[in-house]
Amino acid sequence: MNDDDLFHLGDKTYRSRLIVGTGKYRDFAETRAALDAAGAEIVTVAVRRVNITDSGKDNLLDHLDLSRITILPNTAGCHTASEAIRTARLAREAGVGSLVKLEVIGDEKTLFPDVPATIEAAQVLIKEGFTVLPYITDDPIAAKRLEDAGCAAVMPLAAPIGSGLGIRNPYNLMIILEHSRVPVIVDAGVGTASDVAQAMELGCDAVLLNTAIAGAREPILMAEAMRLGVEAGRKAFLAGRIARKLYATASSPIDGMIR
Amino acid sequence: MRVTLNGESRDLRDGLTVADLVSDLGLRLRRIAVEINLDILPRDDYSHRTLREGDVVEIVHFIGGG
Repeated sequence: MNDDDLFHLGDKTYRSRLIVGTGKYRDFAETRAALDAAGAEIVTVAVRRVNITDSGKDNLLDHLDLSRITILPNTAGCHTASEAIRTARLAREAGVGSLVKLEVIGDEKTLFPDVPATIEAAQVLIKEGFTVLPYITDDPIAAKRLEDAGCAAVMPLAAPIGSGLGIRNPYNLMIILEHSRVPVIVDAGVGTASDVAQAMELGCDAVLLNTAIAGAREPILMAEAMRLGVEAGRKAFLAGRIARKLYATASSPIDGMIR
Repeated sequence: MRVTLNGESRDLRDGLTVADLVSDLGLRLRRIAVEINLDILPRDDYSHRTLREGDVVEIVHFIGGG
C-alpha cells in the first residue's frame, strides 16, 4: 500500500485496512498464521469466563504479537445494553485499552443488532472514555445516530454474521459513506475476496471479518486473498473507476486504419 | 465459605483473598479481569479484598471471537 494512505481509527493509525476476528480457528497456531497472512493490525477477541476447572491452558493473547497488533474486544453474545456495558468494562480492566467493538444482538437467528440498545450502550461507554466501534445494520439513520453519540467509527453489516452473502445493499453503504464523518467499516457477512474488494471500492475505510477466513477450506490462503482484496479495492477506490456507459468506446484509435 | 465462582458454587477457605484465588487457579494477572457482585475489582485491590460468604465472582479473559 501507499505509505501515506493510512487508516486513522480513534487516536491511532494503521497501514492495514483488514480487521480480523480470532474465532473458529483450529488452534492458536492457525489463528496466528491467518492473522499474519491477512496482515491484520487490529484483531477482535471475545470476553468469556475463564475455565475454573482447567485454567492451565495457554491464552490466546500469548499467541499474538501484541507489539504489532491492537486488540479489539467485542461484546458478542450480549442482548442488552447493560450486558454489553458490563462486558466492555471487564475487557478494559483486563488491560488491552479502551477500544470496544460494541455488539448488542437483537435476534438469535439473524444476529441483527438491536440498534436502540446499541445507541444506549454507546452513550454510556463513550462517557466512560471508551473508543466505541458499533456493529449496526446498514441503515444510514442508525449510522448517523451512533456518529452523533460520539462513536469513533460505524460498522454496518454487509449481510448477517457468518452468512458469507457479501454486500447485500451497496446503495445503503453508499449513503452511509456519503454522510459519515467517521470511518465506515464493513463488519460481517462477507464471503470472499471480491466482497471485500467491493466494500473498499465503494469507499469503505476498512473491513472486519472472521468466518470468511476461519471457515475457508484453506484459511491461511484465504487470509492472504482477503488482504489482497482489500488492497485491490482500496487502490481502485483511490484511482477512481471509469463511468459506466451502455455502449462501447473503442480502445484503439480509428486514425491510421488501412483502407 | 460458599461463593459463586463463574456460575459454579464453590466452597473456599475463610480469609481467602482474590489474589489468593487467582493464584490458586493458576491464572496470570495480566490477562484477566475480576468482577465481584457486579462491580469490577481493580487489580490493585486483589490482595486487599477478602472473599465473603455469598460473593458472586466472575473471572474473565479473552478468547477467540469475531
